[in-house]
Order: sequence, then structure tokens, then C-alpha cells
Amino acid sequence: MSTEAAVIEKVEKKAEPLFSKKNKKLISNPLDIDNPITVQVLGVCSALAVTTQMLPALYMAASLTFVTTFSNLFISLLRNTIPSRIRIIVQLAVVSLWVIIVDQMLKAYAYDISKILSVFVGLIITNCIVMGRLEAFAMGNKPWPSVLDGLGNGLGYGMILMIIAFFREIFGSGSIFGFKIFEAIGVHYQGNGLMLLPAGACIILGIIIWVQRSLNGYREAH
Amino acid sequence: MQTKNADYNVRQSNLYIVLYAAGLTIVCGAALAFASISLKDRQEANVALEEKTNILSTVMTLEDGANIEAIYAKRVRAFVIDYNGTVKEGMTPKNVSVASEYKKKPQERLLPVYEIVSEADANQVEAVVLPVYGYGLWNNIFGFVALASDFNTILGVSFGHIGETPGLGARISSTEIQERYKNKSIFDNGQLVSVMMQKGEGMDYSGDTHKVDGMSGATLTAKGVNNMLQEYFGCYNKYLQKQPIALN
Repeated sequence: MSTEAAVIEKVEKKAEPLFSKKNKKLISNPLDIDNPITVQVLGVCSALAVTTQMLPALYMAASLTFVTTFSNLFISLLRNTIPSRIRIIVQLAVVSLWVIIVDQMLKAYAYDISKILSVFVGLIITNCIVMGRLEAFAMGNKPWPSVLDGLGNGLGYGMILMIIAFFREIFGSGSIFGFKIFEAIGVHYQGNGLMLLPAGACIILGIIIWVQRSLNGYREAH
Repeated sequence: MQTKNADYNVRQSNLYIVLYAAGLTIVCGAALAFASISLKDRQEANVALEEKTNILSTVMTLEDGANIEAIYAKRVRAFVIDYNGTVKEGMTPKNVSVASEYKKKPQERLLPVYEIVSEADANQVEAVVLPVYGYGLWNNIFGFVALASDFNTILGVSFGHIGETPGLGARISSTEIQERYKNKSIFDNGQLVSVMMQKGEGMDYSGDTHKVDGMSGATLTAKGVNNMLQEYFGCYNKYLQKQPIALN
């Protein structure tokens, strides 16, 4: 009886496609109804700090996505061996490993960007999104769903970063990815200094949260 | 179920935890050491290129995508001097770390000098770029100062910092602040007076060749910059005084 059950379970596992409905949700939910920044309000610090221009924001988003994906994968692979008493330290060690590797890679291959991002790449270690996903998802799920979950949350974070950076760069400096768009169409544009300050990012983030919540009909539980 | 419980118990034992932590540390440490060593050459090349860019940018405007290495090789003649202005034979600025020389007494420091020679005539010195190093509010600050061929007028400066406050002291690395040093002079009738950044911002010091407008909210960083310039011009003083062009 028990062997039969085991066989069925295995068959079921094999039958689940890589991008089943459940797995697709792991990626799509963080982009919308479960967004790490706008709904869970995590990782706001770096979202305010590195979004004055789109290019550094893109590198930051890619770095964080890389870190969440691979940390999730490794913690998920190790999840049955990690002693629960030191699990947070194990998670931190794995996150730090990937963050330092990303930081070193940026210093070697994108030196100018790494100077702009400065400490914020290192601070991915303390980004609540990464630790949050490890603790809430990777510790209890298989590697593949964990990878998708990490990827989804990284993309959800990156999407908001790029939206904020788009508005800040276009209103603050009149450019997109460093391309002076107003000059190109022959319009003189005086940059709005507020957009270059963290306060400008805070306002834009607030507006994004407002728009998203009113579209989704989301209400804070009391 | 039985085995799972046994597994769980094993995982709670102190020996397992210690061994697990040790194993994890070794694996992570090895991975990081590997990453560090394999990327080191590229990172050092980036830092060296940045230094060359900083040296050149004090005297000329560099176009995007300019071949820094080629311009540097053609226009820069680098050598090392001591406090008395004597050239140290057989040494190049590559062997000298300004940061570690900074820890020595000024009289004992080895001082790199970068002469910018004319594009047409390699014997004609157009400017001289001197590295400076000091302490801001939170951490070290550093940079380069370019003096014109009269060894007195500042052609341009380039400052960098490690941890000054963004938006306040960190502004020393912005062109806005660095522009203020242009055309100021460091000697007055042959006496070294350096250039002082003043407290408060928005004042006009265009009539005073030894003062520049300050940075609002960053007086302590400005003090650090002033000390840095004063100290290093002092170090280079004998070398500058030795130059054939009469100081006025």
C-alpha cells in the first residue's frame, strides 16, 4: 500500500510541468498583488537611494534578482540539512556569499556603475526581501519553486525600481537611460531638483502604492 | 517517520551544528577567495584607469570614450620626489601608495608628481598634477590638483572621498565644487598660502585668489579639504620653489 502511494506521488511530481499554474503564480504574484515593495513594503531603503537614474537602478534590480534567485536555490537545496538553531546565520552566510560575488563582479565589469551603487550592493545582505523569501519560502519548498519565487520577487522589486527611476530621471534630469530626451526634441527642460532627492522617490513610491491599491481594491487588514 | 525524527534529532546536536557551521564557512570562504583572486586583475585595472582619468581630467576635458591610456602615455611624465624636491631615481608613482605615505611624517613622504607635457613638444611642461590626501569628516579624502606652468595657478582639481555625507560633504567630488578652485593661486609673493574654502555658501570670492566659496552644511569636510591642500602644498613646496619660473 505504502509503496503504491509513493509511486503515485512520484508520478504526480513528474507530471507537474515546470511552469504549472501554481509555479507561474510564484512569478506573477510578486509583480502585482504580492509585490515586495508596494504591498509588503520591504526593500524601500534602496528603492529610494539608487533610483535617480535608470541605468544604476537596472543594475541594482538585476543584482538583487540574482541574489534572491540563487540564495533561494541554495537554501532550498540545503533546507533539510540546516540545523534550525542556526538557520538565520546559515541564510545570512549564503546571502552574503552571493552579494559579495555580485559586488566583486560589478567592480570588475561595471566599475562606474558600482561606484554609483556604492554601499547599496553590499546592503542587499540586509534587504528584507532576500531574508524574507528565504525564511518564508525557500526553507519549506523544493528548489525549482524556490528559484521561481526568488526570480519573481527580484523582478517585482526591479519593476518598481525601474518605474520610480523612470519618473525621477525624466523629471529630474530630463533624460532616459542618460539620453537627453527633451534636448533631442528641441525643448528646453529645467530639471526638477526634488526628483533627484530621496524625498522625490518617496512621493513617487507613495503614488505607485496608491494607484496599485486602488486598482486592486486592496485594503489594509485591521 | 522514525527516520525523519532521528534525522531531526541529529540536526539538533551541538556537534552537528558546529561541524555544519564550520563546513559552510569553509565552502563560502573558498568561493569568495576564488572570486576575489580571479577578478582581481580586472578590478585593479579599473582602479588604475580611474586614477589616470582623474589625473588627466584636472587639466583637460575628456570626451566620452576617449582613449585614456593613449593620452596618458603621450602627455604624462610621472616621477617621484622627496620632501626636499629631489627626484627619486628608479621609482615610479606605481610603487608609491599615497594613502600609506600619508601616514608618515610630511618630511619622510615619497611624493608622486605627474607632469603634463605639451602635445607637440614632449619637453615643454604645460602643467603639473600633484596628488593630495587627507581626512574629511568621516573618512579619508583624496584627489589631484593641477598647477599651470607658472607652478602657482590652479588649473583644475579632482577630489574623491570614501564616506562623506551624500548631498553635503560628498559634494567635493562634484564638478560644481571643483570648478570653484580654477584660476586660484597658492603662492603670494613667493610665500605659500594655499587656497581656503570658506564657511557658508553663495558668497563671491572671485576677487580673492586664495579663497573659494564654501559648502553649506559641510564646513567640517571643507576644513578637511583645506588641511589636505595646505599640508600637501607644504610637502611639495620645496619642489615648486625650485622650478625655473620665478614665483610672483
